[in-house]
Amino acid sequence: MSCLAAALAALAAALAPAAAAAPGGERPSAADLEAQLVCPVCETTLDQSSSPAAERMKAFIRERIAAGDSEQEIKDKLVREFGPGVLARPPEGGFGLLAWLLPLAALAGGAAAVALLVRAWARARPREPAAPLDAEAERRVDEELARFEG
Amino acid sequence: MRRQALLAAQGAAVGLVVLLLALLAWSLLRQEGGNLAQLAARGERPRAPDFTLERLDREGSLTLSDLRGRAVVLNFWASWCAPCKEEAPFLERMWREYRAKGLVVVGVDAKDFRRDARAFARRFGLTFPLVYDGPGDILPAYGVTGFPETFVLDREGRVVAAFAGAVNGEEERARLRRAVARALGA
Repeated sequence: MSCLAAALAALAAALAPAAAAAPGGERPSAADLEAQLVCPVCETTLDQSSSPAAERMKAFIRERIAAGDSEQEIKDKLVREFGPGVLARPPEGGFGLLAWLLPLAALAGGAAAVALLVRAWARARPREPAAPLDAEAERRVDEELARFEG
Repeated sequence: MRRQALLAAQGAAVGLVVLLLALLAWSLLRQEGGNLAQLAARGERPRAPDFTLERLDREGSLTLSDLRGRAVVLNFWASWCAPCKEEAPFLERMWREYRAKGLVVVGVDAKDFRRDARAFARRFGLTFPLVYDGPGDILPAYGVTGFPETFVLDREGRVVAAFAGAVNGEEERARLRRAVARALGA
């Protein structure tokens, strides 16, 4: 019983800092957002860029976090300014869904094509049994082997 | 049956190659804008791609082709671009000097925050029309790869001259004035 109480206390202690860090909902992290958003000038994620445009966007993110915006609100505001291309991960709906479905469709199509080709090649020609050696050839093989072993 | 499967697989492979070639062609066509500057440098006058963009200096939008009959200095800029800060007052002077002769300076702010662009315009006292292209959608059509870049269009909407980089030196400014004179005289 005391073990169970100790385990519960340890769990509560482990969860306490997380609860304290997220009062009334999740506070977005600038680092997380910078990894999910693309600099429109250099077209890498913000955390990989130090261009003036990227630095300005990073400042905007910090400003909006301080103002209490959620992660989604910050992303929505940046999409309104720079378009959906600012999102490193395309939206999982509408036209953005194509970015998720096309690679899967291409992968499935490629796998099906490879499977069909492999099946067709495997069935193309049954392997013919090797022709038996004639007496002369058999004698020469035996001689060669005897010389090799001797 | 086996032959049909083989044909289907070959058809799919050929279709994939055709699709990739089409994507390549589309990508090259999108970058065709890079030719505008080259064609203008050779003395040709390629037609400037039309666009309709939201205005930053007032409500509504601006369509480039609505400016036919007037020469246009089309300047691509962003508030975070350092050379643009030096160039902006010169463009404002050009606008004031040639406005009555039929010139319009149009600033296209791209890959920027609207709020920053408006602050930039206030700081440099810009009074010419400003439009906003946050995602930079029209940049490929003009072959714009950096800021600032400037195009001078004649009264028919054709490119007379292109300037990659800031028009800040005396020589470049003189070249821009000559291009504007040609554009107005067309």
